[in-house]
Parts: sequence; C-alpha cells; structure tokens
Amino acid sequence: MNLLERIGRVFLRLFEETGLWFGMLGRTFLWTFRPPFEGGEWLRQMVRVGVDSIPVVFLTTMFTGMVMALQTYNGFHRVHAENFVGSVVALAMLRELSPVLVALMVTGRVGSSMAAEIGTMRVTEQLDALEALATDPVQYLFVPRVIAGTVMLPLLTILGDALGVGGGYLVGVKLMGANPVVYQNNTFQFLQMNDVWSGLIKAAFFGLILTLTGCVRGYYTRGGAEGVGRATTAAVVSASLIILFADFFLTKLLF
Amino acid sequence: MTTETPMISLQHVDKTLGGRKVLDDMSIDVARGEALVIVGGSGVGKSVTLKHIIGLMKPDRGKIVIDGEDIGTMKSVELNRFRRKFVMSFQEGALFDSMSVFENIAFPLRRHTKFTEQQIRDRVDECLELVHLPGVASKRPSELSGGMRRRVGFARAISLKPEVLLFDEPTTGLDPVISDVIAELIVEMDRTLNTTTVTITHDMKVAFKIADRVAMLYKGRIVEEGNPEEFQRSTNPIVQQFIEGRAEGPLTE
Repeated sequence: MNLLERIGRVFLRLFEETGLWFGMLGRTFLWTFRPPFEGGEWLRQMVRVGVDSIPVVFLTTMFTGMVMALQTYNGFHRVHAENFVGSVVALAMLRELSPVLVALMVTGRVGSSMAAEIGTMRVTEQLDALEALATDPVQYLFVPRVIAGTVMLPLLTILGDALGVGGGYLVGVKLMGANPVVYQNNTFQFLQMNDVWSGLIKAAFFGLILTLTGCVRGYYTRGGAEGVGRATTAAVVSASLIILFADFFLTKLLF
Repeated sequence: MTTETPMISLQHVDKTLGGRKVLDDMSIDVARGEALVIVGGSGVGKSVTLKHIIGLMKPDRGKIVIDGEDIGTMKSVELNRFRRKFVMSFQEGALFDSMSVFENIAFPLRRHTKFTEQQIRDRVDECLELVHLPGVASKRPSELSGGMRRRVGFARAISLKPEVLLFDEPTTGLDPVISDVIAELIVEMDRTLNTTTVTITHDMKVAFKIADRVAMLYKGRIVEEGNPEEFQRSTNPIVQQFIEGRAEGPLTE
C-alpha cells in the first residue's frame, strides 16, 4: 500500500465517521420530540452527568483559578500591573477555561462510561433486545444522555466560573496580600454579560458533543470486551478533539 | 400446510456479511400457529435468519413478508409498531443488566401499554409463573444462573402476549437436564399462548421435542424440511450426518 492510498484511507474513514456522527445527531434530534418521553431516564442521566460530576468540577476549576491567579500575579508583578489579576482570572475562567476544562473532565468521567455502557449492551445483544422490544435505542439511550449533557454542562460551568473566580480571589487576597475590595472591583470591572453567555453557550455545545460521541462510539462497538475497551478510549479521544476544534470555531463565532 | 397466508414468509433472501454470503436464496414459510425449528451447524446463518424476520437486518435481495406485509420497505416507526406482534428471545437472554428482573419484564409493558402499576405487577407475576420462576422478581440478572436468565428472557418476551415468538439458541451452554426443562417450557408456552414460534438450535433433541416442522439450514439455504418423523428418516446425507453428529460426511468436507 503506497503513501497516497494510506492518506486516502484515513480521510475516507474520517468522512465516514463524521457522516455517522451527524446522522446520529439528526436521529437524536428527531427522537427528542417524539413520544414516549422518558422523564425518569432524563432525570437519572442529569444526575449522572451533573450532580455526580460536582466534586471533579469543584477541584478542577478551583485549582485552575488559583493557579491562574498565582501565575498572572507573578507575571504582572514584573510590569506593575497587579491590579489586573482579578480581571484576567475572571475573563479567562468565564470565557474559556471553565467551559473547556469542565467539558474535558466530564468527557473523561461520563463520555467514557456512556461508551462502555452502550458498548457492553451492544456486545451482549441488549441493543438488539431493545429493538426487538420495539424500542429505538437512539430514543431510549441517546436522547436522555444528550439532553442531560446539553443541559447540565452549562450549569456545571456556572459552578466552575464561581469556583475559579473564588479560587483566584483566595490566592490574590490571602496569599499575595492584595486588598480584598480592590481585587473584587478589578474582578468585575471589565466583565460583560456577553462573557458569561459565550461561555455557557459553548458549554451547551460541548455537553452535546461529549455525550453524543460517547453514545455513538458505544453504539458502533464491535467484538467483545476488547471492542468495548477500544470504544471507550475512542470516545474520550475523539470527544476531546472535537471539543477543542469546536471551541476555536465557537469562540470565533461568538465574539 | 393450510392455504391461508403464512404468518412469516421469507422469499429468496440473500444476505452478504463481511464479504461472505450468509443467506443464499433462502425461502421458507411458517404457517400461523406452527412451531418451526431451524437446525444447522455454527455459522450457517441461523441467527441471521431470525434477525431478518424481526427486522434487525435487511435483506440484500428478496422479500420478508410477515402477516401479509413486506417489512423490507417499512420505516423504523412502522416497524416498531409492527414489532409488538412478535418478540425474540436472545441467546444469553440479553436481559438489561442495569435493571432488576421485575423491571426487565415490566419494560415492554411500561412502554407499550397503559397498564397501571398493579396490572404490571400482576402481569409480571403471571409471566414468571409461566416460566416456573416465581419469587425472583427483585433479583438482578447477574445473580441468576444461565438457565434462569434465559427463562427470565422468555418471561420478558411473552409479557406483551405476542403472536410470534422467536427463540435464538434457547439451550446453548446449558446442561442436558436444564435443556430439556427449557424445551418443555417452550412447548408449554406455545400451547398456552397459542403462538407461532420459530426456534433455531443445533440441539436435535430439543428440535424434535418442540417442532411441528424441522428445517435444516446449510450454506445459506434450506436443504431439507419436514415434520420430525420425516426429517429423521430423511435420506439426505447432510441431514443424517447432523442428526447423528458424525465427524465424517458432507458437512465437514
């Protein structure tokens, strides 16, 4: 096989998988509005994606906020711009770090487990059994998960925003000895509502991406326990990559 | 055979999977109320045949007509409505392991009926009674033995009172005694529920026990069919080798 053939093959697979992904997105969207609605299942998935992710989100965003404050303080100190630490931490957390980091952490925690769960259902014929019981797997499995992701990620991001800014405040005031009132004023001085919204809109997209990717990878699992393992890894890797790509384009669009 | 339209009719079905022709011009009819058993070695397309009947797979060529309707041209919503008439029991039971036995059996009832909670409980008890497994409702599928899991699978399959029951290798991996219990159960369910059943198996004892008619699948098509006595007397060397379970013969050449 020559080089061109290989490159061609990689691209073909990429196009194929993109096609599958968008096909499933369409099916999920259609099934969202078709009865029966799985109210209980929606709630269960929201708890799984949202509530159960709080500890991880807590640690990640809080420490990121703290590190941000520490790093910018050291850097800004050199140019006597310590006053802007609060603004920088808040802007960075709200617009970028909180949505992206939360999405990546939840991908590792929830996207992977969704792929493993649905993949196991595939290899043990439980997906076939669902269909045989006149239940569309997309409706029963995909819709509640994707809705949970799309709704809960913005909420987790709000929490992340608060914790990140709070962590920055802790470091700035308690560790670096900034004046609490000045730091607070600096934090909110340059913020606009748009900064909050753009982060939350991104988070909703990321939530959709990570849950759908987990579901799709699980759905197309082939070949026993090893296949489930592959699907799980692929779910995390591809969801993370799609999130990072999407982040760039969404940021470009939302400015 | 009667002259009325068959419940299930496969007409010249071809299916290629992974570059291999699994079904090759396969045709068979199943009359209403009949118990058909399809036998054959591993990998001759038995499971694939069942998956076609229930619409999990679509034929490359040929038609699958269920109760007078061609399911090949149906959309998924139509197919789901249609699927309530028939139910498949899977090899290992394929129970939903995130749910209890009760929730497994109640699953189709909750989705496709307007039963009250009390009616659902009664129906689940009734189904568990039918498969002779009372009192396991609160257990998890992982706590059950292989034979019990299969019986719970049957209970889930019959909870909506389907017109057609499909059994995919109902006794594979079970000891001979439990296999016989399962076979008797299938006969009993067939009688009490008055359904059409299609069973695939490679266990000849089970096949002769439950079948009104036995068909042998070989290289993607039916090579022999008849009632159990006829089938046993068949002069087809393929059939004889399979019944006797010999290593030498046309099957292994």
